[in-house]
Amino acid sequence: MKELFPVKQVMGFVFSLIFTAIALSVYFFDLSFAAGLTILIVTAFIQAILQLVVFMHAGETKDKWAIYGNVYFMIFIGLITIFGTLFLFIWDM
Amino acid sequence: MEFFERFAVPHPSPAIYASMVVIGLSVIAIIAGLTYFKKWGYLWREWLTTVDHKRIGLMYLISALLMLFRGGVDAIMMRAQLSAPDNKLLDAQHYNEIFTTHGVVMIIFMAMPFIFAFMNYVVPLQIGARDVAFPRLNAISFWLFFMGAMLFNISFVLGGSPDAGWTSYFPLAGTEFSESVGTNYYMIAIQISGLGSLMTGINMITTIIKMRAPGMTLMKMPMFTWSTLVANLIIVTVFPVLTVALTMGTMDRLFATNFFTSTNGGMDMLWANLFWVWGHPEVYILILPAFGIYSEIISTFSSKNLYGYKSMVASMVIISVLSCLVWAHHFFTMGQGAAANSFFSITTMAIAVPTGVKIFNWLFTMWKGKIRFTVPMLYSVGFIPLFTIGGVTGVMLAMSAADYQYHNTMFLVAHFHNTIIPGVVFAMLAGLTYYWPKMFGFMLNERIGKWTFWLLSIGFVLAFFPMYITGLDGQARRMYTYSEATGFGALNMLSFVGAGIMAIAFALIVYNVYYSIRYSPRNIGSDPWDARTLEWATNTPVPEYNFAVTPQVNSIQPFWDSKKKGHVLFPAKLDKIHMPNNSGMPFILCSIFFVWGFSFVFAIWPLVILSTIGIFACLALRSFEKDHGRYISVEEIIETEEKTGGAKL
Repeated sequence: MKELFPVKQVMGFVFSLIFTAIALSVYFFDLSFAAGLTILIVTAFIQAILQLVVFMHAGETKDKWAIYGNVYFMIFIGLITIFGTLFLFIWDM
Repeated sequence: MEFFERFAVPHPSPAIYASMVVIGLSVIAIIAGLTYFKKWGYLWREWLTTVDHKRIGLMYLISALLMLFRGGVDAIMMRAQLSAPDNKLLDAQHYNEIFTTHGVVMIIFMAMPFIFAFMNYVVPLQIGARDVAFPRLNAISFWLFFMGAMLFNISFVLGGSPDAGWTSYFPLAGTEFSESVGTNYYMIAIQISGLGSLMTGINMITTIIKMRAPGMTLMKMPMFTWSTLVANLIIVTVFPVLTVALTMGTMDRLFATNFFTSTNGGMDMLWANLFWVWGHPEVYILILPAFGIYSEIISTFSSKNLYGYKSMVASMVIISVLSCLVWAHHFFTMGQGAAANSFFSITTMAIAVPTGVKIFNWLFTMWKGKIRFTVPMLYSVGFIPLFTIGGVTGVMLAMSAADYQYHNTMFLVAHFHNTIIPGVVFAMLAGLTYYWPKMFGFMLNERIGKWTFWLLSIGFVLAFFPMYITGLDGQARRMYTYSEATGFGALNMLSFVGAGIMAIAFALIVYNVYYSIRYSPRNIGSDPWDARTLEWATNTPVPEYNFAVTPQVNSIQPFWDSKKKGHVLFPAKLDKIHMPNNSGMPFILCSIFFVWGFSFVFAIWPLVILSTIGIFACLALRSFEKDHGRYISVEEIIETEEKTGGAKL
C-alpha cells in the first residue's frame, strides 16, 4: 500500500500548492511592502526546503551528511553575503 | 543604433582589419586541412562527442593555452603602449578594450580552464575512479565554456570588444556610457561559460564524495583532490551570485530595467558588490588547486610525504570560509563607513594566516628532503618567495585607511599579478610539465624548461616590480597614456622589457613542445618522476577505463607504499568494466547555446526564440533517451593492458 500511495510526496505536493496560493495572495490583498515581502520570503524558503527534502530525497541515503553539509555551508555563506551587504550599504553608509 | 551598424567595429584600425583577415584565413585553413586529411570523422568520434574525462581535460588544456597566448598579446600591446610617455601606438578606446579583454580572457578563459584541465585529468586518476560522476554533464561543461570563450573572442572583429574593464562597473557598463554591443558580449559570454563552471563544480564534488577507491577516507585523499573539493565547493557557492548579477546586468542593457542604473531607484554600487561577492572567492577558486599542484610536486621532488597534512586541509577549509568574508576590500573607497571597512580589513588580513601555514608546510616538506631540482620543482620553489611578496603587498592593500592611497593605481596591478603569476600561472606550467608524461607519454625537455623558468621569473620581476614604485608615485591603472612630466617613463620602459622577456619565455614553451615531440625518448614507463600518488599507478597512455582493477588504498600515498612497503595496490580479480557511451548531444546543445548567445548580444529576437526552443528540445530529448552505457570485456582489458605497457594486476 505504501508503494502505491507515497503519503510523504502527496502531502508535500499539497503543501507546495498551499504555499504557492499563500504567496499569490500577496498580489490580491492590499498589504504593506514589508508584510508582502515577509510572506514571499518565508513561503519561498519553505518551498525550497520541501523541494529539497521531499522531492529531491535529500537525507534518504548514507551520504546525507555531504548533502546537508553543503546546504548548511551555502546557507551560512548566503547569510554572510546578505548581512555583509546590509552592513555596507545600509547600516554603515 | 541601426541594425547593421551594431556589427561594425566602433573604431576600426588596420590591426583589427588584419585580425579579421587572419581569423578568416585560419578558419578556411582548418576546414580545408580537416577535409584534405579526411579527419572530420576522427574529430567527431574521438573528440567532439567524447565523454572521457581525460580527453575533456586535454581539450580544456589546449583551449587554456590558446587563450593564454591571446591574453598575452593583449598584455604586450598594453605594455608597449605605456612604454613611453604620450605614446600614440593605441588610441584610448582601443586601450580600454585591450585591458578589458586581457582581464576577462586571463581569468575566465585561461586560468579557469587550466585548473579544470588538471581537475578533469588528474582527480579521477588520483582517487582511483573510472571517470567523473556525470561524464556527459562534464562534456556539456566543457562545450559551454568553449562556446562562451569563442563568443567572447569574436567580439573584437564583430561589433567591438567590451571596454568597461574586466570588473565592468555600472554605470560605465550601462547603455548610457557603453553604447556598442561590447558589454553585451561580456554579460552573455561569461554567463554561458559560468554555467559550465557551475556544472563542473557539482560534478567534481559528487565525484570526490562518491567515487573514491576503497580505503581512501577523506583524510587519506591526495592534497590536489582536497584542493579540488574545496575549490569546487566555493564554485557552487559563489557562481550563482555571478549568474544573477550578469542576468541583472543583461536586463539593464537589453530590456531597460533599472537594477544598476543611477536613477529610477537603481543602485550602481550593487553591481560592484555582487561582482566581488563572486570575484574574490573566484581568486581562491584559482589559487587553491594551484596550491594542491604545488603540494603534489614539492612532496614528490623532496622524496618526502607532505608535512602537516591535517593543517593543510584545515587551512584550505578556513580559506574557503574566509574567502567569502572579504569582498568589500575591493571597494574600500566607495563611501561606506569606518566600521564596515575595518571589519573587511581584519578578515582580509586574517586570510594571510592559513596561507602562511601552507607556506611553512611546504618549507618543512622540503626541510631535510632529498630535493631534485626538476622543472616543476623549480617553479614550486620560485613560487614560494615571489608569492610571499605578493601576499605581503596584499596585506598592505588590506589596510583600508592606506588603501585610499593605493587604490586604482599600478600598485594594485603589481600586487594581483604578483599573486596570480607566481601563484596560478607558475602552478599551471609546473603542473603541465609534471603531468605531461602522463598525458602524452614523453617528457618535456628539461634544459629548455629551465631556461623558460628563469626567463619567466626574471621577466616577471622586471615587468611587475617597477609598477609598485610607479603605483606609489601615483600612476593610475587603466590610463592609456601619461605625460613626460610624471617621470614614469623609464620604469614603464623597464616593465615593457620585462614583458618582452616573458613573451620570449612563453614562445620557448611552444618550442619546447615541438622539440620534445621530435627528440624526447618514448620509453619512460608510467612513473617517470618516482611519484607517490595513484595517478602514476596506471599505464601510460592511460587506458580509457583508467584502472583495470580498482585500487586498494591504505594511506595518503598508496603508490609509494606499493613501491617501498609492499602494499598490494590491486588485490581484486579482473572483471568486465562498465563505461559511458559517447554522445554528440553536448556539442550540439552548446553550439545552439552559441547561436543563442550571439543573437542575444545583437538582440536578434527571432533567433533568440528559435535557439531557446532548440536548447529545450535538446534537454527534452535527453530525458527520453535510454543510454545504459557499455561493457568492456575481460579479453579486451587484457589486450589493452598489454598494449599500454604490461598488465598491472
